[in-house]
Amino acid sequence: MSVVAGVKTAGFRIPGVRKFEHSLMVYRRIWRGTFFGTLVSPVLFLSAMGVALGSLVPTMTVFGGVPYLVFLAPGLLAAQAMQTATQESSWPLFAGFKWNKTFEAMIGTPQDVRDIVLGHLYWLVVRVGIVTGVFLAVAFLFGAVNSPTVILAWPAAILTGVAFGMPMAAWTASRKTEQSFAFVFRFIITPLFLFSGTFFPLEQLPEAVRGLAWLTPLFHGVSLTRSLAIGHDLNVVTLMIHALVLVAIAAVGTWLALRTFKKRLVV
Amino acid sequence: MPTPEPISEPVIRARGLTKRFADFTAVDNVDFDVATGESFGFLGPNGAGKTSTMRMIGAVSPRSRGDLMVLGTDPEVNGPRIRARIGVVPQMDTLDTELTVLENLLIYGRYFDISYAEARRRAMELLEFVQLTDRVGSLVEPLSGGMKRRLTIARALINEPDLLLLDEPTTGLDPQARHLVWDRLYRLKQGGTTLVLTTHYMDEAEQLCDRLVVMDKAKIVAEGSPRALIEQYSTREVLELRFPVGVQETLDGKLDGLGDRIERLPDRVLVYAADGEQVANLVHERGLQPETMLVRRSSLEDVFLRLTGRTLVE
Repeated sequence: MSVVAGVKTAGFRIPGVRKFEHSLMVYRRIWRGTFFGTLVSPVLFLSAMGVALGSLVPTMTVFGGVPYLVFLAPGLLAAQAMQTATQESSWPLFAGFKWNKTFEAMIGTPQDVRDIVLGHLYWLVVRVGIVTGVFLAVAFLFGAVNSPTVILAWPAAILTGVAFGMPMAAWTASRKTEQSFAFVFRFIITPLFLFSGTFFPLEQLPEAVRGLAWLTPLFHGVSLTRSLAIGHDLNVVTLMIHALVLVAIAAVGTWLALRTFKKRLVV
Repeated sequence: MPTPEPISEPVIRARGLTKRFADFTAVDNVDFDVATGESFGFLGPNGAGKTSTMRMIGAVSPRSRGDLMVLGTDPEVNGPRIRARIGVVPQMDTLDTELTVLENLLIYGRYFDISYAEARRRAMELLEFVQLTDRVGSLVEPLSGGMKRRLTIARALINEPDLLLLDEPTTGLDPQARHLVWDRLYRLKQGGTTLVLTTHYMDEAEQLCDRLVVMDKAKIVAEGSPRALIEQYSTREVLELRFPVGVQETLDGKLDGLGDRIERLPDRVLVYAADGEQVANLVHERGLQPETMLVRRSSLEDVFLRLTGRTLVE
């Protein structure tokens, strides 16, 4: 521990912790408004698509034969993580740059750009953790998950969220207006949601486009999350590849965010 | 025998300080010193380079050229260490509108690694100081402009700063709110805090600044105490003449020789003289009939007009 004369709190300091505290403080004020959606969304999706639509779908041939509800739930879980993290990294983050200018206030204190970026990363982990945790609890009540390895599907879903949230944060910091966010959701997030294996196995796609799915981060998130949630015949090498792709995307996203945040705030 | 003044290091020392953005120079080769306990102002119109200078002092904006020392160290090397000892009141409020008045102060204290208990103690004291105690639990959004400004000042004081930077502290406030802010700043000054502020209000500079520099188009064009600047660049009094619409243009040489100097503004004529009343009599003797005549003391506004040929707020 380093000791600077006269400074009580010197020494070990984890970067980003204060920004994270700020996010928690804001969340404490607004969580009631968001929690209803967090709880209701999985109930609606799992009952409409998993149970009602699923009753029309014969037992899946993948994973040694599982009901559609069991196939769908982990896909939705990963997709929910993606959407939550992307959302958290768009408008709420943009407010810190433009509307509230809270980041400008932050860098006027001993905090710096790295603290803001890492604080946001910690917050993504917690926020996505809450949303996916509630989702898993609801899925459990629906009988959609039963393997003990599902406990590993939770961090897998959180990792999926971070792999979307950090690149999105980098993008948000580089925007002068909020116009492009709707575009991102309409033309990137929604197509990924529909075609990354969330609702049907990729084997259903024509062979020519199947390879493309490997390039989308959500495919890796869905595959990893689903394998762990169902827990059938786990292939550790494949799981590691999926996880490493997600970690790499999250790391590059964080590196990019450090650059765009700095460019935006330190002028 | 009087004790000699201790020779102390200036709080801020700038030499050849320059800030360039892609296509223009915001601050062009400026020199200035700010002493401990001093109240120092940057006076100038919008776009003169005041805010860019303040951001460099606040260790949030890297300089393009020149030397800058703040609290004895280089902001580009020891940014966080400097920022730990200064308080910043930015031009635009940067309060967190999702949080309450108290929460805004608490979290800001946390950015300085102050414990929650200590931050709360200081926050309650500061809210008392800026007269916002009764709003401690309200959200920020519904507060008036003056209240938000006072909260921003309270926030800037949470780390008990040695140096307080205020960028246009009262812009956009009504007169009553301005006077309240001035009063609080004056108390801080009395308490020994070094204040550095920017303003485009003459009365603000005269009220708060021991010494100031006048900035125009990225450069410092004059420096001194408000009184010294007025003495150097203006006369003791000013006679303001307002003529009926269209008449001012027909005066030709009829005002020549009046006072020390004459400035023609679009809506009025200013005659600079040691004795305004005397000039007013001369105006009447010449048979001129202005709609209104007003004798007033010279102000920094006149200094600025003299230095730049333009009024401050156009």
